[in-house]
Amino acid sequence: MAFVNWFKRNVVVIAGLLTLAYLLLPNVVVTVFSFNRPKGRFNYEWQQFSADAWKDPCGVSGLCESLGLSLQLAFWATLGATLLGTMIAFALVRYRFRARGAVNSLIFLPMAMPEVVMAASLLTLFLNMGAELGFWTILIAHIMFCLSFVVVGVKARVMSMDPRLEQAAQDLYAGPVQTFLRVTLPIAAPGIAAGALLAFALSFDDFIITNFNAGSTVTFPMFVWGSAQRGTPVQINVIGTAMFVVAVALVLVSMAVGNRRKRQKA
Amino acid sequence: MATVTEAPPTRAPVAPEKKPPRKRGRWTPYLLLLPGLLWLVVFFALPVIYQASTSVQTGSLEEGYKVTWHFATYWDALSEYWPQFVRSVLYAASATVLCLLLGYPLAYLIAFRAGRWRNLIMILVIAPFFTSFLIRTLAWKTILADGGPVVGALDALHVLDVTAFLGWTAGDRVLATPLAVVCGLTYNFLPFMILPLYTSLERIDPRLHEAAGDLYAKPSTTFRKVTFPLSMPGVVSGTLLTFIPASGDYINSDLLGSTDTRMVGNVIQSQFLRILDYPTAAALSFILMAAILAVVTVYIRKSGTEDLV
Repeated sequence: MAFVNWFKRNVVVIAGLLTLAYLLLPNVVVTVFSFNRPKGRFNYEWQQFSADAWKDPCGVSGLCESLGLSLQLAFWATLGATLLGTMIAFALVRYRFRARGAVNSLIFLPMAMPEVVMAASLLTLFLNMGAELGFWTILIAHIMFCLSFVVVGVKARVMSMDPRLEQAAQDLYAGPVQTFLRVTLPIAAPGIAAGALLAFALSFDDFIITNFNAGSTVTFPMFVWGSAQRGTPVQINVIGTAMFVVAVALVLVSMAVGNRRKRQKA
Repeated sequence: MATVTEAPPTRAPVAPEKKPPRKRGRWTPYLLLLPGLLWLVVFFALPVIYQASTSVQTGSLEEGYKVTWHFATYWDALSEYWPQFVRSVLYAASATVLCLLLGYPLAYLIAFRAGRWRNLIMILVIAPFFTSFLIRTLAWKTILADGGPVVGALDALHVLDVTAFLGWTAGDRVLATPLAVVCGLTYNFLPFMILPLYTSLERIDPRLHEAAGDLYAKPSTTFRKVTFPLSMPGVVSGTLLTFIPASGDYINSDLLGSTDTRMVGNVIQSQFLRILDYPTAAALSFILMAAILAVVTVYIRKSGTEDLV
């Protein structure tokens, strides 16, 4: 009976942890198979342990080039989307203007549309204009679909901001520029940073829109897609594992630093 | 026994309401909006119009296309590809329901039961995003491999007999069947369900749970009458964030499925990029867009949460 009661009380915890396991299982597989030495072209079956791929992560032609291109694209897309999105967010929260409803739906619609629809329609535009598909068309597309997510993130932060802080700054004779740089921007910064981080992740990992509008340019997700048809090198798993580890480490370090600061302040 | 409908006061500091409009800089909002909105108009709205016009054109790649208001393309596209449409809706709906069933306990766990583990579990939910989703989807090929441990266990428990009877799997295989595609879709979009669920659960005042207990509600009643109704905004946005991308997805069907599991996204992709039949592709994409918009509008009206964004 004790066990049944314990189970009843903790059934949510058990179910939740099972879901967490489901979410993490593929990452475990990716990591384990980065140490595989596959027979044949595909890395789906475990053969024997080998660290060869880790010693030579760029050993496959085109892999690291595509990774570099994706990082570059993500950087510029993040910059563009964050800049444009932050401006929109401030306008939405701080000002009154005409056609607010239309503006809101123009920002909401890209998030409520399957990616393949946006990808296909953007391609028809580029084809109609005779644009050459490549780096610039991908960048345009990435800024477009990242923009709305930045707006939503920054908007939430700016909305919860106390406008009296800015009034106080002005009462203390700060000019509009000074108020913005010294008060508004620092308070909005976490929202902007979150938006930028999301934009970077979305752009870096985007496949569908990129696949339609890339022409013969190969980003990292497109390299993975291509290798799924031709044969998957172990190096893909190495890159996937390394990215996972680096990202988790960065998050843990930043959390530790944040905790320490809190403690110092207290 | 009334259901709690009013949201409890949030714990976050509440910003003062309605600020007075600024007197200075009448043009400032328009200048702030201009570049971003221009981008969205040119690269989002305009393409949709171009696509609509492409869908009613006839012609060929060599001779060029002209607008001839050839609406028959829509009819032809629908009558040829309706199975893929139906499949997309079925797979996306199944994945959405599965995401809700799997995601709710985890979101609940993070919001109410995790204690000091909360941040760590949160990181573990988001962390997989840092590995490209294509690599992670390929990992499912290994997990669900023929004769692998997962398929072996399902076979030994006779689960495969049941799923094969229902047409979800074929023989003793899971790969290249609808089950594998739905499993991949569920996996890929699960975080999009968990995060909004968590956000709305986290806002619930725990004292409401105590109050329900004090009023002799069993835990299951508390959940039904208090917790779940209050988490509705999260349920609505979570289901939308899962269903919309899942219905247009073609990655999972391509990597984990077979030609019998092709979804509408697969058709649009191959018509556009391989067969180069632009009018048909544009018509299909337009139908998908219209269907999704209709679903989203009706769903948001019915569920009564209009301030999702």
